[in-house]
Amino acid sequence: MSKNEERIFVKGNEAIARGALAAKCKCFFGYPITPQNDIPEFMSSAMIKAGGDFVQAESEVAAANMLLGAGAAGIRAMTSSSSPGMSLKQEAISYMAGSEVPAVIVNINRGGPGLGDIGPAQGDYYQSTRGGGHGDYRHFTFAPSTVQEAYDVTIRSFDIAFEHRTPVLILGDAILGQMKEPIVPWIPEDVDEEAGRDWAITGKTADREKRLIKSLFLQEGELAGQNKHLQAKYDDWADLAECEQFECEDADLIICAYGSIGRIAKTAVRKFRKQGKKVGLFRPITIYPFPSDDLKALAEQGKRFLTIEHNLGQMVDDVRLAIRTVADSDFYAIYPGNLPTPDELEEPILNSLEGK
Amino acid sequence: MSEMNEKLVFDKPDSVIDRPTHYCPGCHHGIAHRLIGELIDEMNLAEKVLMTTSIGCSVFLYNYLNVDAVEAPHGRAPAVATGVKRARPDHFVFTYQGDGDLASIGMAEIMHAANRGEKMSVIFVNNTVYGMTGGQMAPTTLIGQMTTTTPGGRCQTHEGAPIRMTEIIASLGGVAYAARGSLDSVKNIRKAKKYIKKAFEFQVNEVGFGFVELLSGCPTNWKMTPLQANERIQKDMIPYFPLGVYKDVSEEGGIC
Repeated sequence: MSKNEERIFVKGNEAIARGALAAKCKCFFGYPITPQNDIPEFMSSAMIKAGGDFVQAESEVAAANMLLGAGAAGIRAMTSSSSPGMSLKQEAISYMAGSEVPAVIVNINRGGPGLGDIGPAQGDYYQSTRGGGHGDYRHFTFAPSTVQEAYDVTIRSFDIAFEHRTPVLILGDAILGQMKEPIVPWIPEDVDEEAGRDWAITGKTADREKRLIKSLFLQEGELAGQNKHLQAKYDDWADLAECEQFECEDADLIICAYGSIGRIAKTAVRKFRKQGKKVGLFRPITIYPFPSDDLKALAEQGKRFLTIEHNLGQMVDDVRLAIRTVADSDFYAIYPGNLPTPDELEEPILNSLEGK
Repeated sequence: MSEMNEKLVFDKPDSVIDRPTHYCPGCHHGIAHRLIGELIDEMNLAEKVLMTTSIGCSVFLYNYLNVDAVEAPHGRAPAVATGVKRARPDHFVFTYQGDGDLASIGMAEIMHAANRGEKMSVIFVNNTVYGMTGGQMAPTTLIGQMTTTTPGGRCQTHEGAPIRMTEIIASLGGVAYAARGSLDSVKNIRKAKKYIKKAFEFQVNEVGFGFVELLSGCPTNWKMTPLQANERIQKDMIPYFPLGVYKDVSEEGGIC
């Protein structure tokens, strides 16, 4: 990593776009939807200057399918959208998972269901972690909580996508996407854009067999074998799960929260610590794979849990699955449509701390 | 060479794989595959081809042509091919799509890829029916045609009129070439090959989008013999879907 110590002041959306550029992303396929428009707007010129290409697709469906094509050709490519558009992208994402096409997809989560609103929300957690389209698949999913982290995980997403031949999702929200912060951009060294592409369609030469990127397996036992292979791949990702633990060591109560809510909860934790109350924060950075082992280790120390989300209770399922043999978790919902503040979290945290 | 001094006068193209196809007797997919294979050989494209296959009977095209390929979701081949071509612009990219795939679920993708002038070629096989799923009505099904979902025959007031894709595509900016051929007779097959070749040349020369529709038979779902199916193409399909070149920018001197 070569640190360019110059700081820049950018929105989360732009940080993601700049991270992709630093990671040698060469193609971007976009479609306008609020609150992620800064990403395609930035990429419309950045991709051309980088010697790649940009297409404003006719729909999110088409953009995701263009991504499938570029990924199949072994090129680092990206698309971005927000919740209603993400529902439309699920078809292609399922095909990418099934045919093991590497790609990076960004979802700047907004309120739902339906058209919802254009404010922040975390209602797409299930879709982002369970394989949002048809069939038994998962994809790697990052949930950054700061603009710097958004930049960092975008660069890493491209490496993971190609290392594991998988779509990788970056799940932000309207807070992260629209918030400006200073970041220190860095450029990854030695990105080999052609390494490990011995599966990609590059034109059949005389010295190799033809290559086929497909998700159709009709012969007896063939699809079962493919599903077994995919599941083994997902199981291997368990070691790659990441989280931030803040003030957890001597905490009585652990708040579980991710993304922007993780950051807001951190402010609340600091406030409680000043009052001498033993509260900590467990913030998953990858939500698939979910950092279950780290969470279970905390549960085994006798700690209690409160999950806070900007939805009606989705990640809490993963929290409970992780700690189910030793503990349970309380849950507090910030309703999508409401803007969360650290002050709002005080009462539910106090209630859990006092065992109410 | 046998003892009789026989001379081989007709062989398969190099880029066509030597294996039996899964197509029904009288189906024209095999002929369309062969025409593409011949042109890949003649134009020396094999190492450049990145093929996008679509959903329907022709999904297995990748088992019959010895080139790299990616499988697209239903209707999305022009979008997938756009991604392939933008990622590797120095390669030869084409899609091969049926009428259910291209003219129904994939209408948006084909229209916009054509209008953007993507430098790719599209082979559109029109047999007026969904084949693989068992003979349901397609957007191209003719008025009065009986299908499993129009058991009384297609009715214009209830199902609308059959869509003429080549005429629509020809009207869009970015399209260099649009033609409709047919695979019902030797004469028409030869003409169809010329159309495909022209579309391929427009891509090789980086002019613009090329589109070739091929009227084809589906004896199984039409419940006809192969010969009856060929007759139906001549009597019913060609009058509604006239053959010929609908757009050729080299003749018009136009720019895509």
